[in-house]
Amino acid sequence: MSIPVEYYLIVSTLLFFIGVYGFVVRKNLISILMSIELMLNAVSINFVAFNRFVYPEHLEGYMYSLFVIVVAAAETAVAISIIINVYRKMKNIDTKSINELKN
Amino acid sequence: MELTNLAPIVLALPLLMFMIIGLFGYKMTPKFSGILGTTAFSIVTIVCYYIALTYFFGSGRLADGSMAKEVIFNFEWLRFSENLVISIGFLLDPISAMMLIVISTVSLMVHVYSMGYMHGEEGFQRYYAVLSLFSFAMLGLVVATNIFQMYIFWELVGVSSFLLISFYYTKPSAVKAAKKAFIVTRFADMFFLMGILILSFYTQTFDFGPLTEVTNNHVAIVSETMGGVTFCGLSVISIAVFLIFLGGAGKSAMFPFHIWLPDAMEGPTPASALIHAATMVVAGVYLVARLFPIYFFEAHDVLTIIAYIGAFTSLFAAVIACTQTDIKRVLAFSTISQIAYMMVALGVSGYEGNEGLGFTASMWHLFTHAMFKATLFLAAGCVIHAVHSNEMDAMGNLRKHLKITHIAFLIACLAIAGIPIFSGFFSKDEILVAAHEASPVIYWCQTLVAGLTAFYMFRLYYRIFWYNEPDYGHHTPHESPANMWIPLMVLTVYTCTSGFFPFTEYISPDLMGFESHIHWNIAIPSVIVALIGIGIATFMYKKKTEYPDKVVACIKNTYHYAYNKFYIDEIYLFITHKIIYKCICDPIAWFDRHIIDGFMNLLSWITNKTSLEIKSFQSGNVQQYAWVFILGVLSIVALTIYL
Amino acid sequence: MNILSLFVIIPLIMMAIIFCIDGEKKSMIRMVMSIGGFALLATSAYLTVEYLAAREAGDMAEFLFTDSILWYETFNIHYAVGVDGVSVAMLLLSSIVVITGVFVSYSIEEQTKEYFLWFLLLSIGVYGFFISLDLFTMFLFYEVALIPMYLLIGLWGSGKKEYSAMKLTLMLMGGSAFLMVGIFGIYYLSVPKGGSLTFNIQEIAANVTTLTEQGADNSWQYIFFPLTFVGFGVLGAMFPFHTWSPDGHASAPTAVSMLHAGVLMKLGGYGCFRVAMYLMPDAANDLAWIFIVLTGISVVYGAYSACVQTDLKYINAYSSVSHCGLVLFALLMMNKTAMTGAILQMVSHGLMTALFFALIGMIYGRTHTRDIREMGGLMKVMPVLCVCYVIAGLASLGLPGLSGFVAEMTIFVGAFEHEDMFHRVFVILGCTSIVITAVYILRVVGKILFGPIQDEHHAALTDAIWYEKIAIFTLIFAIAAIGMAPLWLSNMIAGGIENIVKLF
Repeated sequence: MSIPVEYYLIVSTLLFFIGVYGFVVRKNLISILMSIELMLNAVSINFVAFNRFVYPEHLEGYMYSLFVIVVAAAETAVAISIIINVYRKMKNIDTKSINELKN
Repeated sequence: MELTNLAPIVLALPLLMFMIIGLFGYKMTPKFSGILGTTAFSIVTIVCYYIALTYFFGSGRLADGSMAKEVIFNFEWLRFSENLVISIGFLLDPISAMMLIVISTVSLMVHVYSMGYMHGEEGFQRYYAVLSLFSFAMLGLVVATNIFQMYIFWELVGVSSFLLISFYYTKPSAVKAAKKAFIVTRFADMFFLMGILILSFYTQTFDFGPLTEVTNNHVAIVSETMGGVTFCGLSVISIAVFLIFLGGAGKSAMFPFHIWLPDAMEGPTPASALIHAATMVVAGVYLVARLFPIYFFEAHDVLTIIAYIGAFTSLFAAVIACTQTDIKRVLAFSTISQIAYMMVALGVSGYEGNEGLGFTASMWHLFTHAMFKATLFLAAGCVIHAVHSNEMDAMGNLRKHLKITHIAFLIACLAIAGIPIFSGFFSKDEILVAAHEASPVIYWCQTLVAGLTAFYMFRLYYRIFWYNEPDYGHHTPHESPANMWIPLMVLTVYTCTSGFFPFTEYISPDLMGFESHIHWNIAIPSVIVALIGIGIATFMYKKKTEYPDKVVACIKNTYHYAYNKFYIDEIYLFITHKIIYKCICDPIAWFDRHIIDGFMNLLSWITNKTSLEIKSFQSGNVQQYAWVFILGVLSIVALTIYL
Repeated sequence: MNILSLFVIIPLIMMAIIFCIDGEKKSMIRMVMSIGGFALLATSAYLTVEYLAAREAGDMAEFLFTDSILWYETFNIHYAVGVDGVSVAMLLLSSIVVITGVFVSYSIEEQTKEYFLWFLLLSIGVYGFFISLDLFTMFLFYEVALIPMYLLIGLWGSGKKEYSAMKLTLMLMGGSAFLMVGIFGIYYLSVPKGGSLTFNIQEIAANVTTLTEQGADNSWQYIFFPLTFVGFGVLGAMFPFHTWSPDGHASAPTAVSMLHAGVLMKLGGYGCFRVAMYLMPDAANDLAWIFIVLTGISVVYGAYSACVQTDLKYINAYSSVSHCGLVLFALLMMNKTAMTGAILQMVSHGLMTALFFALIGMIYGRTHTRDIREMGGLMKVMPVLCVCYVIAGLASLGLPGLSGFVAEMTIFVGAFEHEDMFHRVFVILGCTSIVITAVYILRVVGKILFGPIQDEHHAALTDAIWYEKIAIFTLIFAIAAIGMAPLWLSNMIAGGIENIVKLF
């Protein structure tokens, strides 16, 4: 028994668009960051799934998903530190109220 | 001396004086500038007399008995094309030689007279500078060898007239009068220019030589090039020469362009005598006389129109002159009336031999009128000088105080009224003879005008020199200084004598000259009419009576209209202010500010708005960008799938 | 070295010297400017004499003193110079206006150094434009002349100067956008079979003649003629593209108004003549009627508008619209007399409008108002300025003996050579403008110079001082000299016109 590739893709697509929705709609920087993570994860799932079903003899897909996880971790660390700094400065992490650089 | 060497002096010296006094006058004492101007102009006068007398009694008479038409000098001033050249030159023929005498005499007298009259006025030097400019321009006008030279000097006399009328420039009424004079004549000059353009386009020449050369009862160059050309059913020749006449009508104050002349009396009186009585205002007559062959042979209908316009104007002005109370205005309307007389004479004139009497009479009247009208103006100047007012009410019984002026004024009045032995009688008689031959309507009209002229002139005379003496206060009027009454006397001598000169032998349209004698059948009625006019004036105005008021009460409305100059000024004001300013200028200015400029501002407003709108795309909001990005990607995907 | 290049090099040297002078040493800067200005005037006078001598000697080449240096090979762009009678007249005009502008600018106290630097850049553009024979360098100089205008008005102007500077620059830039398209159109389409692309005006003219002889398609002319004509027409204040002129002139400092109305607006007329009409004669012939209508409207419309304005500079700006309209109008009549008149009118209008703006600036500098309703009787207070104003006015309304008459009469006589109804109507319309001109000129003269003194503060004002006198007397001298002895100028210009008239 094996789960067909479509199922993976459906999951990853859902995950991706949930991420997109969150990225576009949420105003909280943490939520936006989380939505980005969701999109990254959706991509990782796609990598793994395609690697498994299309080129079983290769390992690049797994490699990249690991790579994505590592980069995402680093990126999150940077992003969180920025957000914390923003919060310290503005007492707020709402995107609408952070517009100091505008105008 | 050779005329070729002398003639340039006539133009150059006044111009030089204008420049010297104009540029350096403020450094001279007034007296010096006056003496300088007068001395220089005496030289010009001597030269003018020399030229004219040599011409009339010497070189002018050709072997076949006709008068010569000589171009003394002519140099190219501006070249428009192969054929069309403006030259500045010196044409000597009977009428220009006669004009030289008129202008130089009156101008010199005015130069001398002004030394006394303008004494102590601020801007004395400026006055003499402009006087020189005027003399230059007027002399240049009469000796013009081509129609464009005439136009050039025509404009120059216009501007010197403007400068002299506005001499008392702090007086608003003087400024207004100057503006009016300039703009009205300029308006007429525009027609003159159009006429010149049409004429020169067809004939390809400006030169008076070919334009007035008559062969077989035709001015060849005009009839060959323009004959048969029509525009809107009218012959182009008629249109062209009528337009040129309109230019002359403007300068000569013919109805309906007469409105500027009475107001022009705001200028200094000697300047009025020179410009607005003796010389400049007859330029229109001179212009028609200059182009007479074209009018006579190629556009005789226009000549008839000129006669009727002249007849109407002379009557019209004479009626108004009877009602005015400002002495200079009476003289101004009288000038209009008398110039119209000259126009009538031209209009009814024939061409050859005795038929050319009208033309001759017109020029003769021009000469005599210049002399007696200048006398009248200078005498009026003495009166104004004595009582410091222009109004008749401030005068009366002045014969006791101004003896010399009184005599000069009386002689000039007799001359203008056409009483025998004084010059006006002779010239007026010739005009009436010519009118009698041409049309009974014009003849009776002019005879009536002669009566009216006698009436209003003697009304003026009696109101000034007889009548009841008003309260002069401490300031008893006294006779003017010698430099004022001597010129007056000189002009009076001309007034008395110029009738005896045999004009007809020298001046005639075909240059041949003819014998003339007094036509008693015409002269007697006109003298009787004039005597009746004088009689009525004596009756009404010799002493203060109630007759004038009674007469006024009888013809109340007519009097009222005439006193207000038939409201022609008001009509003009209505047209300029209410129609041109309010209905043309204001809307155009509004249109420019709001529509044209508004359109440009609208363009910039649109650009501004659009960029403001586009600006919101660049919000800096990443989430918004993401939206657009995703939508974009999706639509590209959708497009690739479905296309 | 070619004498014509001096016109660009002298201002460049002046710029370099002024650049090195400390901005506080204003009198020194002014002295450099005056000396340089006289050098330019001397150069153009010398050029005129040389030019006339060469013509006298029988040199019948279309352009004299030609020179060409390859500048950018790929597109065959040269720095090509040469003059004919028209350009010589224009150069003489520019030099007179520049030197008088310098004297008028003596009163500039703020940022004198920068002011004169921009002023010089402007003059480089003007001179370069008149000497160029290469479309590309011509266009380049044209732009060089336009840009400093923005700064000169925006920084040293008065009133709503930012608005006016922006409006003026944008409208003129809009014009030059048309122009650029036009110039490139000419560049690419004027080549006969086997020929090479060229920007040189003379070569293009020869090519266009060849094309016509070959019977080639000339429809491109009908697209690019209107573009070029309108492009230059904007600068020549052609209706309905004239609205930059009243605002721009009203806000500009005096000398800039002088230079702008006196010379820069002539770039428009000159360009229409040298580029649009010379290079595209077929289209010029066929499309002239459109522009005759527009310029005919300009003539009358500007005059009527001027009648009701109350700001002196507006009056003069609208009068410029009218007079410059007459320039383009006469050019479009396309015969020798009228076109000579057009160039004469450019010279005469340049001088007289410069005089007007100089005088208005001087009067404004004293009374601090330009509203004619607030002034009166100034003749008593400042006789020299006022007499000069009257002379300028008389020149403007075409008094014989001053330059305006010569130009206007040449135009009318020339324009009347067309026999058809259409031209006749417009010529007569043009003639009426001389009356309206008299109306608005006398209105101003009567209102502000004559009459009683309106404002008692004005009674204590002073008359012109020495540098102002130099400026206005120079201009009046030039106006009177042309007015009294116009023959040499008219013949010189007519010589230049002949080459172009035979194309139509």
